[in-house]
Amino acid sequence: MASHYEAPIRKPLVTGNKSYHDVTVDIAAPVENPPNKQWFIAFGIALTAFLWGLGCIIYTVSTGIGVWGLNKTIGWAWDITNFVWWVGIGHAGTLISAVLLLFRQKWRMAINRSAEAMTIFSVIQAGLFPIIHMGRPWLAYWVLPIPNQFGSLWVNFNSPLLWDVFAISTYLSVSLVFWWTGLLPDFAMIRDRAIKPFQKKIYGLLSFGWSGRAKDWQRFEEVSLVLAGLATPLVLSVHTIVSFDFATSVIPGWHTTIFPPYFVAGAIFSGFAMVNTLLIIMRKVSRLENYITLQHIELMNIVIMITGSIVGVAYITELFIAWYSGVEYEQYAFLNRATGPYWWAYWAMMTCNVFSPQLMWFKKLRTSIMFSFIISIVVNIGMWFERFVIIVTSLHRDYLPSSWTMFSPTFVDIGIFIGTIGFFFVLFLLYARTFPVIAQAEVKSILKSSGDKYKNTHSHE
Amino acid sequence: MPNQKKYWKSEVELNVQSTLVDELSQKEFVQKLPEDILGSSELPESDTSRRDFLKYMGFSTAAATLAACEGPVNTSIPYVVQPEQIIPGIANYYATTIVDGFDTASVLIKTREGRPIKVENNTDAPVNNIANARVHASVLSLYDSMRVQGPTQSGVDVSWETLEASVAQQLKELAEQKSPVALITPSLASPTTAQIIRDFQSKFPNVTHYAYDAVSETAAINAFEQAYGKRALPSYHFSKATCIVSIGADFLGDWQGGGFESGYAKTRVPKGKKGNAKMSKHYQFEANMTLSGANADYRFPTTAVEQQFVLAALYGALTNQTLPTPLSDDLKKKVTAIAAELKAAGNGAVVVTGLQNEDAQRAALAINNVLGSDVIDVQHNTQLRLGDARVMSRLVNDLNAGEIGGVIMAGVNPAYTLPNAAAFVSGVKKAKLSVAFSMKNDETAVHSQWVAATPHYLESWGDVEMKTGHFALTQPTIRPLFDTKQFQDVLLSLSGSTLSYDDAIKAYWSSNILGGASFNEALHDGYFVTNNKSDKLSYNDNVDALVQRLARAKVKSGLELHLYTKTGIGDGQQANNPWLQEFPDPISRITWDNYLTVSKADAEALGLKNINQSDGALDGSIAEISLNGTMVKAPVLIQPGQAKGTVGLALGYGKTAGMKSEMQVGTNAYPLYQNFSPVQIVKVAATDGMHEFACTQLQNTLMGRGEIVRETTLEIFNTKNAKYWNPMTQVSRDHVEVDVTSQEADMWQPFDRSIGHHFNLSIDLNACTGCGACVIACHAENNVPVVGKREIRKSRDMHWLRIDRYYSSEETFEADLEKVDNISGLGESLSTFGKMEDPSANPQVTFQPVMCQHCNHAPCETVCPVAASSHGRQGQNHMAYNRCVGTRYCANNCPYKVRRFNWFLYNKNDEFDYHMNDDLGRMVLNPDVVVRSRGVMEKCSLCIQMTQKTILDAKLEGREIKDGEFQTACSNACGTGALAFGDINDKESEVKHLKEDERMYHLLESVGTEPNVMYQVKVRNT
Repeated sequence: MASHYEAPIRKPLVTGNKSYHDVTVDIAAPVENPPNKQWFIAFGIALTAFLWGLGCIIYTVSTGIGVWGLNKTIGWAWDITNFVWWVGIGHAGTLISAVLLLFRQKWRMAINRSAEAMTIFSVIQAGLFPIIHMGRPWLAYWVLPIPNQFGSLWVNFNSPLLWDVFAISTYLSVSLVFWWTGLLPDFAMIRDRAIKPFQKKIYGLLSFGWSGRAKDWQRFEEVSLVLAGLATPLVLSVHTIVSFDFATSVIPGWHTTIFPPYFVAGAIFSGFAMVNTLLIIMRKVSRLENYITLQHIELMNIVIMITGSIVGVAYITELFIAWYSGVEYEQYAFLNRATGPYWWAYWAMMTCNVFSPQLMWFKKLRTSIMFSFIISIVVNIGMWFERFVIIVTSLHRDYLPSSWTMFSPTFVDIGIFIGTIGFFFVLFLLYARTFPVIAQAEVKSILKSSGDKYKNTHSHE
Repeated sequence: MPNQKKYWKSEVELNVQSTLVDELSQKEFVQKLPEDILGSSELPESDTSRRDFLKYMGFSTAAATLAACEGPVNTSIPYVVQPEQIIPGIANYYATTIVDGFDTASVLIKTREGRPIKVENNTDAPVNNIANARVHASVLSLYDSMRVQGPTQSGVDVSWETLEASVAQQLKELAEQKSPVALITPSLASPTTAQIIRDFQSKFPNVTHYAYDAVSETAAINAFEQAYGKRALPSYHFSKATCIVSIGADFLGDWQGGGFESGYAKTRVPKGKKGNAKMSKHYQFEANMTLSGANADYRFPTTAVEQQFVLAALYGALTNQTLPTPLSDDLKKKVTAIAAELKAAGNGAVVVTGLQNEDAQRAALAINNVLGSDVIDVQHNTQLRLGDARVMSRLVNDLNAGEIGGVIMAGVNPAYTLPNAAAFVSGVKKAKLSVAFSMKNDETAVHSQWVAATPHYLESWGDVEMKTGHFALTQPTIRPLFDTKQFQDVLLSLSGSTLSYDDAIKAYWSSNILGGASFNEALHDGYFVTNNKSDKLSYNDNVDALVQRLARAKVKSGLELHLYTKTGIGDGQQANNPWLQEFPDPISRITWDNYLTVSKADAEALGLKNINQSDGALDGSIAEISLNGTMVKAPVLIQPGQAKGTVGLALGYGKTAGMKSEMQVGTNAYPLYQNFSPVQIVKVAATDGMHEFACTQLQNTLMGRGEIVRETTLEIFNTKNAKYWNPMTQVSRDHVEVDVTSQEADMWQPFDRSIGHHFNLSIDLNACTGCGACVIACHAENNVPVVGKREIRKSRDMHWLRIDRYYSSEETFEADLEKVDNISGLGESLSTFGKMEDPSANPQVTFQPVMCQHCNHAPCETVCPVAASSHGRQGQNHMAYNRCVGTRYCANNCPYKVRRFNWFLYNKNDEFDYHMNDDLGRMVLNPDVVVRSRGVMEKCSLCIQMTQKTILDAKLEGREIKDGEFQTACSNACGTGALAFGDINDKESEVKHLKEDERMYHLLESVGTEPNVMYQVKVRNT
């Protein structure tokens, strides 16, 4: 492949003049060495949050959805906000690993593993909500088209919630297979390096008997390509379908044809922000600065800036269409969003999602690691508010003023959200210590892709 | 390639000739099994193979396991002798009458398997045939777990024999000592009871009978006595009215016993030929915002003193006298104009007043006399309110002076309802004998020596003369649940009679009332009319002097407190009824509370506030109301339409004795009801703290959304085309405007609904007075849970049917529309919509009952992932509770927000300790409707259990269904004819005609939901 051609003008994707062996050692290091104190502290916090959230979930399921702050007018609030938020975050992983693979963006190689891990972990969080938000979650399997003996009962294929079931489960399974396929040579590498028999056994199992033969590599490349082809439409379809939950409804503020592209852009936006958040920490903690370089962060910042702008255009389009429609309910819904009782949520969303990414036009800012980190968090706060604004402010004042009311979360609403963040980090922290966090086999293919003039410089930023 | 490899177990197999190979393939065990291990010599010969053995084994294990599972054991006692009329699954109806001293109505009681489960209107009865919300809810009070279950002496259970013997003994002693005994009852208007009391008095001449009404109409009775020479109240036929002027009379509420809404509503729907349709005109002068004021064409917020001036001015204008009243010029002009209209209306005109002021009442009677009003009927008068406030005050004094030897109280709770309750209690304690006939251990019962447990009216006998010549009977609909006795029975036995009360009624009726007619027939009908009987009263009063007095009434400084009774709780008798506590007040839409209604101007001056919490819940400042040293604290509600300088507070709340703790809500306003005058001059001051309300409607105005409640005026209705005042919503398709209901605007395939039944419900916004009887009827019919104050405060009310109440933000709704239409630019729309959230100081009011609209294109149906919500062949939108997994997507996507979610388990759950949490309360449940579990969505079903029954009955009888047979609980309960239900495939049906009426519109037609519930445009006579 072309990876062995060294373009004289290309910046190196891996700095520090690494040899193949260096790469192996660097990437196996977090797996082979015991975790430090900070890891245990972080894991402890995440686990506590997770257990707290689990407690809140158990409380909800045993007592009733009434322990949340919902009411007769606002039937969804934090539950579906969190669901859409987590699904959205997942999108960056698929985009990086699938779309960028097809477009041969080699810089993805250093980040795709973790981005995909993030996808899977966040889809798991997302998948929780549609189940626990049900009044009778023990009957959740009724939404699956399982042949049954309940009579002539069958699922309702008209319902966007059912489409969600298919979209999310497809997404999770394709992502998982894609991720695991990529992991096979790397697991094998760790297996081969492992000294302890137990470790060897485990990684042997995980690597599905990878032998490193040419045939293995050939199949690996083929499968990766095929899976990338399968996953690419999912980048667009999953959040499109999620947006249908709202777009196909009749509620002013939900009933909007712009939602599919708007949601997809928002998803990539928030996903890249989350990748940034995670990798900025990980490159430091796992000493991977030479692999996840400033260039990666800058490129991701550019994606954030572009998708942020798309989202901004979508927001403004919504306002314009509301005015242009001449529908009084639609007009009021958007006036109310911006100036009603939830104005603060709307302007939090606007500030975080539309204004803050525009700062990335400045090279100095987008190459600042601290700034990138802050913006990555700000963006995800903004994207959470976006979903909250769409769901709650549309519902709380719809057609008949007699039903207008407000929503405020209970400790259970908050607890479950924090719990999923905890769960996500529990999974991610475990992943960071046990999985090869960089696709080292792939990275090795891009060691020699840059011009000589960059060699031996930039070795340490 | 298929695998042809064959594996062999031993080399013998290779020898094809060997018999062993054959034997092995035939027999599992080549060698004989040792018999001693198996224990039976026959076994080897048995046909049972190992496979069979495993089958038998599996079956017996499964059977044994199943047999071991024991279902829950419910003990039920079968009928040893099958009662003739009770067929399981078939309801029996009994005509009876409620007379509780506050509410009076002829009703039908639906019983199932011997249990009364629902109250319905006895529409055959000629008078008082409309049950209000409280009467509809009264069936639940039968199953009140706080009822007294047997007679007690100082809290200790005793037998009736002991009670009767001891009381008889004591009465005898008191009679010998000539010590007076007071017998206090509400105004019963019961001819038989009157006879029983007379007999009792002849046995014990020291007994005096006091009629005591918690909420007094003394002034009106006195005035009637002055004018016509009889202590009674006239009846009113509002159906004959063309011009109604009400001065402080909430005649759609509880004024003079209430029950006028059906007659009123008849005149409020424009009738007659197109272009010349007529309806009555209604002017209301009042301080509090009442149902009557909300329904009036013109409403003038006025203080009680101003109302006196208005009355005087009106009398002056009608009799061509000039009376110098200090009214504003504006009001003077209005009064002159109204007087002219009254004159023009002639005998269709009526003036009613609720001022508890004898002069005012006499003036009103004089005006009606001058007008020659046909609406007022003095010859058929009623004695349902006879309580004399003065006598009661005297009694309290006598009690405290120790001059009364004994007190017998029946059906009254003076220790709660008297303004000087404490004095009454100390007086009762001084009496040698005190007996309280009561259903509850209420405030009076706890201070009485004897508590005689009385039955609920559904377990009782009784009779009443509703008005002259109109009699009605009360009969038991269930065997008394507890060891109770009616007070009439006890009086009979104390008088030494051997008759029971029902025998006494029968005897009295056959000798005095029936005139040869059948008692059983009267009992079956529930009423009896003696046609020839009417009074011959003539007007004999001169009011000129008192009108002068009225015109010169002194304006006192301070706030005028107007005490009133709420639609839900009334005088407070049924305060322990969770349906009524959770019933949203038609005006304020607040549940579980009473409150001080204050005008916005006064609230600002006094520093009183209403605020909404972050979850929307309403909070109100707490005010101290002081009057002659009595101080009462009440939360404040800023009430649009409250006359400046007045405040309002409802009686009937703040009860504590004999009440579940959840139901002990509100403030007792009776201490302020001094001298039985509902208008008091009080001081109001803000105090610390905020009160948490549970309000079901937090947005009070319509926000200029004229499409939701369509309105027009009578003039426009008569002169303009329906397209002008009731336009069909248009949508643009390919730049051509098409009707939103046309096929071009529709994304769905048309569906032929002309086969079979197709149910529609029509709601006439002109006829609906907002009384809320339908809300309670729906509650009762459909086992709707009560969720309590805490949950209502979280906007989680479960009412399937709600009555939205909107205030106009400007003076009228029309002005609201104009204001919204005239918005130009973004800035203006921002500020205008903000302002429109606030109601006007004297707003127009409109009521809109909303239940599931049963859309033919239902947004809820498409979004349910499990198809729990789906459409029926007869137009209903069904809800399969068992299938619901509770995603709430349907509720979110419902434009009408009528779907209700079971956030918790509302039955058999101690967190929700209302009627569904005890076996007694659950007796009220309708067995035809499932009780929903937690986590499922529920909503109006258009009472499918009722329509299905009608269909099946007709099928069994092999006949067609007549129009009017199809009913829902709400349409049945509606006394004003606002709700009409039926089959639109029956071309002759009323509802089909209503569907084609030009006033018909659908709610939110523009969404394209094609509902099966329709509304009739509200026409105001302005």
